[in-house]
Amino acid sequence: MSKNEISGGEAIVRALESEGVEYLFGISGGSVIPIFDAIVTTKTNIKMVLTRHEQGATHMADGYARATGKPGVVLVTSGPGATNALTGMMTAHMDSVPMVVITGQSIRPMLGKDAFQEADIFGMAMPVVKHSYLVRETNDIPRIFREAFHISSTGRPGPVLIDIPKDVSAGLCSLDAKTDMDLPGYKPQVPPDHEAIMQMAEALSKSRRPVLLVGHGALIAGASAQVRAFAEKMNAPVMTTFLGKGAFPETHELSLGWPGMHGTAYANKALCECDLIMSIGSRFDDRILGRQDQFCKNAVKLHVDIDPAEIGKMIRPDIYCVGDAREVVEELTKHVGRLNTEEWVSHLADYKKSFPLKYRKTGGLKMQHVVDELYRMTEGRAVVVTDVGQHQMWAGQFYRTDYPDNWISSGGAGTMGFGVPAAVGAQFGRPNDLVVCISGDGGFQMMNQELTTAVIHKLPIKFFVMNNHYLGMVRQWQELFYEDRKSGVDLEGNPDFVKMAEAYGMKGFNLKRPGDVKRILKKALDYNEGPCLVNAEVEKTDNVFPMVPAGKPLEDMLISRPRHKLDKPTGST
Amino acid sequence: MNQTMANGTQTHTLSALVANKPGVLARIAQVFARRGFNIDSLVVSPTRDGNFSRMTMTALGDPSGLDQIIKQVNKLVDVINCSDLTDKNIVVKELMMLKVRVQSDQRTELLQVAEHFGARSVDLTDESLTMMITGNSDKLDAYVELCKKYDIIELVRTGKVVMARGPQET
Repeated sequence: MSKNEISGGEAIVRALESEGVEYLFGISGGSVIPIFDAIVTTKTNIKMVLTRHEQGATHMADGYARATGKPGVVLVTSGPGATNALTGMMTAHMDSVPMVVITGQSIRPMLGKDAFQEADIFGMAMPVVKHSYLVRETNDIPRIFREAFHISSTGRPGPVLIDIPKDVSAGLCSLDAKTDMDLPGYKPQVPPDHEAIMQMAEALSKSRRPVLLVGHGALIAGASAQVRAFAEKMNAPVMTTFLGKGAFPETHELSLGWPGMHGTAYANKALCECDLIMSIGSRFDDRILGRQDQFCKNAVKLHVDIDPAEIGKMIRPDIYCVGDAREVVEELTKHVGRLNTEEWVSHLADYKKSFPLKYRKTGGLKMQHVVDELYRMTEGRAVVVTDVGQHQMWAGQFYRTDYPDNWISSGGAGTMGFGVPAAVGAQFGRPNDLVVCISGDGGFQMMNQELTTAVIHKLPIKFFVMNNHYLGMVRQWQELFYEDRKSGVDLEGNPDFVKMAEAYGMKGFNLKRPGDVKRILKKALDYNEGPCLVNAEVEKTDNVFPMVPAGKPLEDMLISRPRHKLDKPTGST
Repeated sequence: MNQTMANGTQTHTLSALVANKPGVLARIAQVFARRGFNIDSLVVSPTRDGNFSRMTMTALGDPSGLDQIIKQVNKLVDVINCSDLTDKNIVVKELMMLKVRVQSDQRTELLQVAEHFGARSVDLTDESLTMMITGNSDKLDAYVELCKKYDIIELVRTGKVVMARGPQET
């Protein structure tokens, strides 16, 4: 090695340092040994977090990214290491999360020859990444890493894969290697079209029953203050999407919570009655639309999105503006005044009173009760990370989110197993904030090995297992639409989760009676010797309402359990 | 030139300028396949600047579905731009080779047809004749039609290549 050269592994570590990376989440393996070696030889300050499964590494990076806004970085080996990371890439892709995934690869002469632990991850990952690289020359490392971080974190963020053959990371990189980006086809952001903004202002001025639908894009753009000023100036009601929770305070009097399949009744009713809907950084997800062709039938539709491919994908807007949510809203706010919405706002306030989210504290222990009490005792300030299923919907309903980046949940992908590792990643990113993880017993067991990481690093996360001994959401569908024929949902044989926590070296608490909720929660929240776990033995067969059966228009929302038999849903899951 | 079906679907001609890198074609093909569109013809070739390639594709489908595909293709990092050139002011050409089993007694007749279409013979044996023809797709179709009464052994078409008329780039 001449003085003017460093190893490929070292070039990778230096590239990560220059991007300001704090943590690498991953697992070593044969084809990444040169990179893991460089972590030692460079004496870098980047901390390597050794997970117990590559999928766990990707969700950790995801949780870190959503909690901080910075790209999460994953480092795993080739073959099964890389394929295990696919689910995490897909999860990040669906929810526009910045992530850089570095995978090892067989040496170049062996590519395509079924070498040991060879997988064409570049090919496999194509539909679930924003972009991907197979690094063919060691001297390309500095440029490719710079491009990857840029692509991952600008415009509509997403995961970027960098697949690195072992002989490339073990090769030599010139210190003069180019770092200039070469991305002639990448157009992450365009300035908002003034004409469209003026047309939107005009449409808003005519509206008497407007609603703003504020999505994850507004959070990514850091537009929550601008959205609030915009809504307050117009006196327009706001609903945040499930992933947009925190973009507008849910305790604000203009807030309608979140709409859609298990959203609030008043948000869905507002969608049925509005004369104008303006989406700011939402993609009109199918969970929100109900029946696509019936959605907001009589309303003028405005769409603001940074991604031109979202315009007209689900809903054809009357007026649209491609651009950054913060820039568009800031500009638009200058051109609007207070709208004539007194009647509409008071009408919706009546709906909020008549159709509140509710549950009974009597009878068996309810997940809603645990979440509701957690919300009160943490004063709504916790970073809440969820898994996927019934508990996720109730967490979304009863843990109201007032602050940006405090709600972390797998929305688009609905990846069970997300909660535990994502909470670990979030706590790494936000060491001074309270992080709680709400999982069901199903999803918890898909990634519980990552508790080890929380224990080793003494992360004070509160893990809640909402244990109903069922895959509850599917059981709910079977009860409502399939004459209660339970199939593949009974989680008999669950381990004792408190003993399991203890086996990992954590504190565990059992919670069984509604009367104990406050006491146990206080114990968990006061516990500061690292992570702890609360096993909440909840009612086994409770159902989430409101519910819009998949494929039905929002008008057909069920506020509570119907007495009549329901048809099998026609819409997607 | 553009085939329009009863249900509103139409053959569209798309042109994309892309970075000349491995994997670009796979990325674009995935966008089509995922949405159930079949690429009927595809031509990829380097441009004047070797860093870029020009792809010309034809696909049959309804305009709104195709519009979404074009947006998704434009979103790909390696795609400089992609647009639908159907109904635009463009020159469209295609090349075809057609091999016919023919004895000497029918050869003259076949060459007369070829002359009418501006096709020329590129290979000749005692029992076969291979013709090459360029032009727009309708002309090629008509030529194939007329040759059907002979014994066509095989034919191969390049797919459309297009270029904008006038001084502007495609």
